[in-house]
Amino acid sequence: MRLLALIAVILTGGLIIFQTGAFPDFGDANAPANTYLSTYYLEHGQADTHAPNIVTSVLADYRGYDTMFETTVVFAAGLACFFLLRRKKVPGGEPRIYRHMPTGITLRIADGGKLPAEDSEVFRRLDTEFVPQQLIIKNTCRIVIPFIQIFALYVIAHGHYSPGGGFQGGVLLAASIILYAISHDLRRAIRRFSEKTAALMGSLGVLIYAGTGALCLLMGANFLNYKALAPLLGVDAVMARSHGILIVEIGVAFAVMAMIIWIYYNLSSAGKHDEGL
Amino acid sequence: MTDLLPLMAAKYNYWIYTILMMTGLYAMIAKNNLVKKIIGMNIFQTAIILFYVSIAYKTGGTLPIIMEGGHGGGHGAINAADYINPLPHTLMLTAIVVSVATMGVALALAIKVYRQYGTLEEDDINHQIRTQAGQ
Repeated sequence: MRLLALIAVILTGGLIIFQTGAFPDFGDANAPANTYLSTYYLEHGQADTHAPNIVTSVLADYRGYDTMFETTVVFAAGLACFFLLRRKKVPGGEPRIYRHMPTGITLRIADGGKLPAEDSEVFRRLDTEFVPQQLIIKNTCRIVIPFIQIFALYVIAHGHYSPGGGFQGGVLLAASIILYAISHDLRRAIRRFSEKTAALMGSLGVLIYAGTGALCLLMGANFLNYKALAPLLGVDAVMARSHGILIVEIGVAFAVMAMIIWIYYNLSSAGKHDEGL
Repeated sequence: MTDLLPLMAAKYNYWIYTILMMTGLYAMIAKNNLVKKIIGMNIFQTAIILFYVSIAYKTGGTLPIIMEGGHGGGHGAINAADYINPLPHTLMLTAIVVSVATMGVALALAIKVYRQYGTLEEDDINHQIRTQAGQ
């Protein structure tokens, strides 16, 4: 089997490399991929959309449909993880073990017993992820997380002028919450950013994107043609396209952030949302 | 052989992407563990991303962020050869995030398979399915 796979792979790779002779050279400015449309984008992008970062204007304006469905794919992936893995919490289920921190006494609370409050500082739950001392990790993350989030907001808002945008900013925001879940524990992260919030924010992001398109349709232009929003926003047509890009990027950031966090919750706890990594 | 070396030097990006892509393909075919197969799929996706980004490159080109004109709308002459191609970058920007999300789904399916069969080794799973069908 391995030998067969090796032969098949070498054959396929050999065929591809054999054909590279017909491909354009590396860095060739006149290659077919670098002419036609991309030249138009570079020459007219800034005048059309008032966004110097052409990647952003192509992403959210010229190819708005593509990006809308990419966002929908991310949303669908989050939903798929939820439907595949999420399990209902059995009330009680197995006994839980708590430690009373001041005295160091360990308590075993049987199924149906009265449990201490989840965020109690006096009682700490002992589970497979229990670590007695993690002062440095916790405090470092406490300091770092707000700055990650501020940087993420900068990346989203500054997508027009520098590398950035909704996808990158959304992933950064998600990373800050995941860092919190890793450095503290999953239950605490879920209390801060619950599953319900994730579901609502993800849907809201897709709704903002599709709703902007539908609003353009209502204003009498084509779907996702932000020029039509000019009277609503009180600016000229070019500026309306610039603002339209920003609105859509915010929608993308919402959807991507919520879905990456939701996928993490479901994967790391195998759908139980109880004990994480 | 004398022809091959300049050809390799001019198009080495295709060689790298092919080697990377075939590594991923080999992992997907030959490896027995489902998680290793998923990692192979991820390497394959990375190879495609490298391919797209490498064809966008122009010698001497810079980032596709227009410098002329500043905030004024850019009425100066913009030479497209000075900037690398923005289109493949846009496509790959979305593809990276989507590949992370779809890999999440693949891992979720792997967890589901593990719950059902208690193993992630492909031949064990096949063996279990065959013995169940034989009864």
